[in-house]
Amino acid sequence: MVETALVEWSRMQFALTAGYHWLFVPLTLGLAAIVAIMESVYVATGDEFWKRTTKFWMKLFAINFAVGIATGIILEFQFGTNWSNYSWFVGDIFGAPLAIEGIFAFFMEATFFAVMFFGWERVSKRFHLAATWFTCIGAALSAVWILIANSWMQNPVGMEFNPDTVRHEMVDFRALVFNPVAISKFFHSVFSGWMTGAVFVIGISCWYLLKKRETRFALASIRVATIVGLFGAVAVMFSGDSSGVQAAKYQPMKLAAAEGLEDGGEGAPFSIVPGVEIPNMLSILATHDVDGFVPGINDILDGYTTPDGVRHLSADEKIERGKVAIDAFAQYRELKDSDPEAAAVARRTLEENIEYFGYGYIDSKEELVPPVGLIYWAFRVMVGVGGFLMLLMFVVMWLERRKRLAQKRWLLWLALLSIPLVYLAGQAGWIVAEVGRQPWVIDGLLPTKAAVSSVSLSAVQTTFWLFVAIFTLFLLIEMRIMIKAIRKGPEIDND
Amino acid sequence: MITYEFLQNYWWFLIALLGGLLVFLLFVQGGNALIFFAGKSEAERQLIVNSTGRKWELTFTTLVTFGGAFFASFPLFYSTSFGGAYWVWILILITFVFQAVSYEFQSKAGNILGRRTFRIFLTLNGCLAPLLIGAAVATFFTGSDFVVDKSAVGDIGSPVISRWGNDWHGLEAVTVPFNVEFGLMVMFLAISLGAMYLINNVDDAKLHAQLRRSLAVCFGLFLLLFVAVCVQLLTMDGFAVADGGEVYMQSGKYLDNLLAMPAVLVLFVCGALMLVLGVVATLRRKGFRRGIWLAGPGTVFAVMALFMIAGYNHTAYYPSNSDLASSLTLANSSSSEFTLRTMAVVSLAIPFVVAYIAYFWRKMDRKSLTNEELDRGEKY
Repeated sequence: MVETALVEWSRMQFALTAGYHWLFVPLTLGLAAIVAIMESVYVATGDEFWKRTTKFWMKLFAINFAVGIATGIILEFQFGTNWSNYSWFVGDIFGAPLAIEGIFAFFMEATFFAVMFFGWERVSKRFHLAATWFTCIGAALSAVWILIANSWMQNPVGMEFNPDTVRHEMVDFRALVFNPVAISKFFHSVFSGWMTGAVFVIGISCWYLLKKRETRFALASIRVATIVGLFGAVAVMFSGDSSGVQAAKYQPMKLAAAEGLEDGGEGAPFSIVPGVEIPNMLSILATHDVDGFVPGINDILDGYTTPDGVRHLSADEKIERGKVAIDAFAQYRELKDSDPEAAAVARRTLEENIEYFGYGYIDSKEELVPPVGLIYWAFRVMVGVGGFLMLLMFVVMWLERRKRLAQKRWLLWLALLSIPLVYLAGQAGWIVAEVGRQPWVIDGLLPTKAAVSSVSLSAVQTTFWLFVAIFTLFLLIEMRIMIKAIRKGPEIDND
Repeated sequence: MITYEFLQNYWWFLIALLGGLLVFLLFVQGGNALIFFAGKSEAERQLIVNSTGRKWELTFTTLVTFGGAFFASFPLFYSTSFGGAYWVWILILITFVFQAVSYEFQSKAGNILGRRTFRIFLTLNGCLAPLLIGAAVATFFTGSDFVVDKSAVGDIGSPVISRWGNDWHGLEAVTVPFNVEFGLMVMFLAISLGAMYLINNVDDAKLHAQLRRSLAVCFGLFLLLFVAVCVQLLTMDGFAVADGGEVYMQSGKYLDNLLAMPAVLVLFVCGALMLVLGVVATLRRKGFRRGIWLAGPGTVFAVMALFMIAGYNHTAYYPSNSDLASSLTLANSSSSEFTLRTMAVVSLAIPFVVAYIAYFWRKMDRKSLTNEELDRGEKY
């Protein structure tokens, strides 16, 4: 019997690692773009000021980069250490993007990162600039493949179940790579990283303005960061919109939970906060149609028929067919050597019900509802904070262009205090995506509880607390080092 | 004709190659193991740290790619070994995690723990990572305690297909002397490579002399362990696979494999000779600094040969002692033909990746590293 506690602790450990990883990665993505643009200005103008500006942000980039890598390696190997059943059951599909990521993206990032930091005196100016851009591209490419893998968990495509090897096997690589969910997710995640980098640079630059230090440096940094940040914000908005439509299509339960929508239908309203609704707005967001049909949690559990006449099975029916599929699988395995004819019958039954195989592990239909409160609020935090930051960056850019930014002390304070907010939005986004996927590890195919390794509970508890201690220590050290480095400043003379 | 079997062998070749490159690149770890032993003054320690610090990400990335490639090509190994020998892999990872931040943090103001502590982390990773990785690879020959039953997926209450036989989750490997000797052998190899890399990469006569002394001691210990490991490996019973897929014990299996595959034998002997030659030349000729470029490729070849002995010629590469039938072979643990074929196309990019890494390596390392440069420019 798989213990519930083991599943919960394993999930907590993965969430902890992923959560910490996503504290460091978005800044890497965003700062990489910002320093690449700054260095381009330096190479184009030959102005030493831009070289020193680039180098200052690059220093903060490096402090942050190492912790991102450290948390990342734990994340990759945890698929094996704590989710070993998952690693076999879908490893045929899931492993490929991880390997490609290493071969194509990580080596690129690692090689050019070293040139970017230590190559100032060892390679030419243009060559160095190329290395900086390649680090930026390498960082984005690293995100591509892991997000393709993650998107496959949300919307599994391009595979077939093989009862002889007992796993899903890849049959269409292109479907995996061009999964529509992956495309939205890539833009949404990478550009949210650009927003993070921008808010970080703007906030710190505003601190210098508040302190009346390094004014030229601060204003120049703000100018670059607002462009990167607003570009990122627009991309985040559009990719977020398509993510919503995809959730409606592929993961209706996630959408219903994120909206707290118990009973759906045509022309569904959007809830801003409990009790405040915009009529028909959810239908518009989810289906791009004022009267579009959006199923609620109860509809999905009880079964429903969409206006085009397609009937969706109730949870109980799916669970029943899932049990039929698992039974047929067990029979097939038992009989395949002794009684090929009976085995063939079992295999046909399995194939007819394979779509619901994962439901067979579900005990009751209530299990199929992810934690509504958490996802509902996480979604609102993500969207609310994201919108606020976009507005903030716009106002900062506007005032900087009119040369009135330095006088607006309240705004400088607001920008500085907004740095934690951008991290909050990023974490909230991943809560929506991953908690919203529960109880599945791969939507509809494999529930989380059937994916876990059979490690002893105490071992997982020990590593959980170990990781809590290590990651928290690293975070504290990183923050202290950064604060010291920021206090010291870029030491560029003011004009 | 590219058959499924060919693809499985091809991917095992790539795993062997990545494994070989990884052990070669453990010179970063080996170099760090010498921070306090060969580096007597702060200036010398700074040189060591900054020299390995410009390569550490390559080693780290190779480890990650080795894991990723194993996952993509032989997912049952990823599932069984990582999920089963839990503690061994977690310990390896933790030492690498500490290493990843130690370079960047060590000399920065506000780092809480102080420079010495971060260098101790580097030294610990330098010794423990090669030791543990070596011991883990040794179990390819000595076996582990696990059971794999794929039919378990049909058991709704308990669908886990692989189970470890004890609560030590891999730590029990230290009770087998061969595993420990193998681990120590890899550790002393890494330190020897680290010393030779540093001799090549930094320019400091006094440090060179200290590194040569460390090299002499560590390589001596390596040689002793190497001979002991080879004798045991070539005389021990091995895990052979019959035509029907059944696994059985065969005496002298690994010696048989070596003799049955002359190319692997040649690879192994050449690799070992290049390694010895690289070290001997470094030790005997004071001005000779290129030992790493002989010993490094030699290491790659020898390690590749070991992987080939473990997996080719009808051998179970990840055997189970407690249930022979559960042992992993190239045939029963690999990805589907489609995935291996797709990934084989992807693998054609590997020479390109190696080429640009080599190009930038040369470009960045044309001049030896000195303390004058470090004090002038960027350093950890």
